[in-house]
Amino acid sequence: MEDVEHSTTPAYMILLAWSIAGIPLLAGVTQTMINAMKLFQ
Amino acid sequence: MAVAHTPETYAKAWIPFLDRERTIAKPGYSRWMIPPAALCVHLCIGQAYAFSVFNLPMTKLLGVTQSAPGDWKLTELGWIFSIAMLFLGLSSAVFGRWVEEGGPRRAMFTAACCWASGFLISALGVHLHTLWLIYLGYGVIGGCALGIGYISPVSTLMKWFPDRPGMATGMAIMGFGGGALIASPLSVWLMSKFQTATDVGVFNTFLVLGCVYFCFMMFGAYIVRVPADNWKPKGYVPAAVSSKKLVTTNNVFVYDAVKTPQFWLVWVVLFVNTTAGIGVLGQASAMSQEMFPGHITAIAAAGLVGLMSLFNMGGRFSWASLSDYIGRKNTYFVYMCLGFALYITVPYAGGSGNVVLFVCCFLIIVSMYGGGFSTVPAYLRDLFGTRYVGAIHGILLTAWSAAGIAGPVLINYIREYNVTHGVPKAQAYNTTMYIMASLFVIGFICNACIKAVNSKYHMTSDKTGKVGDSALSPSTAKA
Repeated sequence: MEDVEHSTTPAYMILLAWSIAGIPLLAGVTQTMINAMKLFQ
Repeated sequence: MAVAHTPETYAKAWIPFLDRERTIAKPGYSRWMIPPAALCVHLCIGQAYAFSVFNLPMTKLLGVTQSAPGDWKLTELGWIFSIAMLFLGLSSAVFGRWVEEGGPRRAMFTAACCWASGFLISALGVHLHTLWLIYLGYGVIGGCALGIGYISPVSTLMKWFPDRPGMATGMAIMGFGGGALIASPLSVWLMSKFQTATDVGVFNTFLVLGCVYFCFMMFGAYIVRVPADNWKPKGYVPAAVSSKKLVTTNNVFVYDAVKTPQFWLVWVVLFVNTTAGIGVLGQASAMSQEMFPGHITAIAAAGLVGLMSLFNMGGRFSWASLSDYIGRKNTYFVYMCLGFALYITVPYAGGSGNVVLFVCCFLIIVSMYGGGFSTVPAYLRDLFGTRYVGAIHGILLTAWSAAGIAGPVLINYIREYNVTHGVPKAQAYNTTMYIMASLFVIGFICNACIKAVNSKYHMTSDKTGKVGDSALSPSTAKA
């Protein structure tokens, strides 16, 4: 069977799913990087 | 026709949403919806690594500003995390087959219920100041959520990404590493919001976290799907994969897999890699300050720990993705060789006062620690096929539990022994570093001994009697 994935799952759904998982992760990474900068001070 | 009334049929009748059949993707469902589904679960259960932020506030539940008589001690609270880790290993081993056969949605739903109820029961334990309720809630029930949630999306991801199984599982398991990065600041912020003159804010924080995590995990359960029979991604040629020596297109039943030497060799390799990493990860702050007195302050050490968390998370994705190109066995060879060289280098870096070299060594070691976790599901899939890989992975996680004991013990007790025998603190870790390096030699040998699984272990029929599994191999189909 051929993969016709992007033709039927709306792009906004994929974006929404990734945003729900990705935004908190990005926020956590940013906060950790800010804390990690103390190593170089 | 009479229907047998088993718990399974009742569950199907009552909660059809959870049926495996209901999760089979319709043509056109994007496989890129599956990694965020897995991330939603792993980011939540990854909170376990950040549980220590509650330890200090929970020693002041009665006294609020400082510990009062009757308040819990840190040693008592330390058991919460230990029990959770123990039940992670136990539940992933015991429920692995159930997870594999019931499908990812049922497993994710169960994990969400256990994880949320673990927090709610713990909140009750805080409210009533009853420690065993927290042991039961977060430790036992939450620990089961950790085990079931950890393995729930693994085989599904590999079925959706047969062309890049390492990258796929790397994305999910990266979430487990990243969960602490979210949970730690979130928990501190929530406690500061709920804190009053008479309350440290732990009770309300547990309630909020339980509800938030439940919603997140249920979103993951809602969007997860298993691929339809015979689905394969565009341009994927299975023959090209099966031409690799170690990679099989056959399947091995979960309880047959544990009878193979390959399973136990991989177990030792994972144990070695995890022991080395976990020891360093847990003691990095103290170790760096003692090895570089005056150069690395407590604040800088906290920064190092943060940086290590990022490398732990990043390593899970990058090393596992790399394994798709260079092969799983070669990736573990890199872990073992590089790990050996780096552990030998750490005492030199300490002796010469080279902070940059020391930090680089630790960051690479911890990235390989994460990489070891995320590469191993694909290694198992190569050796044993996709049909029971989740269940086999669940049993393999006992290596993690064992390493969780061995790693800190090696670091702490040998340091203690050295210090009491007059070794300067800056050099007290050197022996441990050399022991860790020698462990990598054992891991290297074990990895070198891993060959393709003997065909006598391959499934010739579906032992569960279930049909319609997309992962059934050619050998299964022809039986």
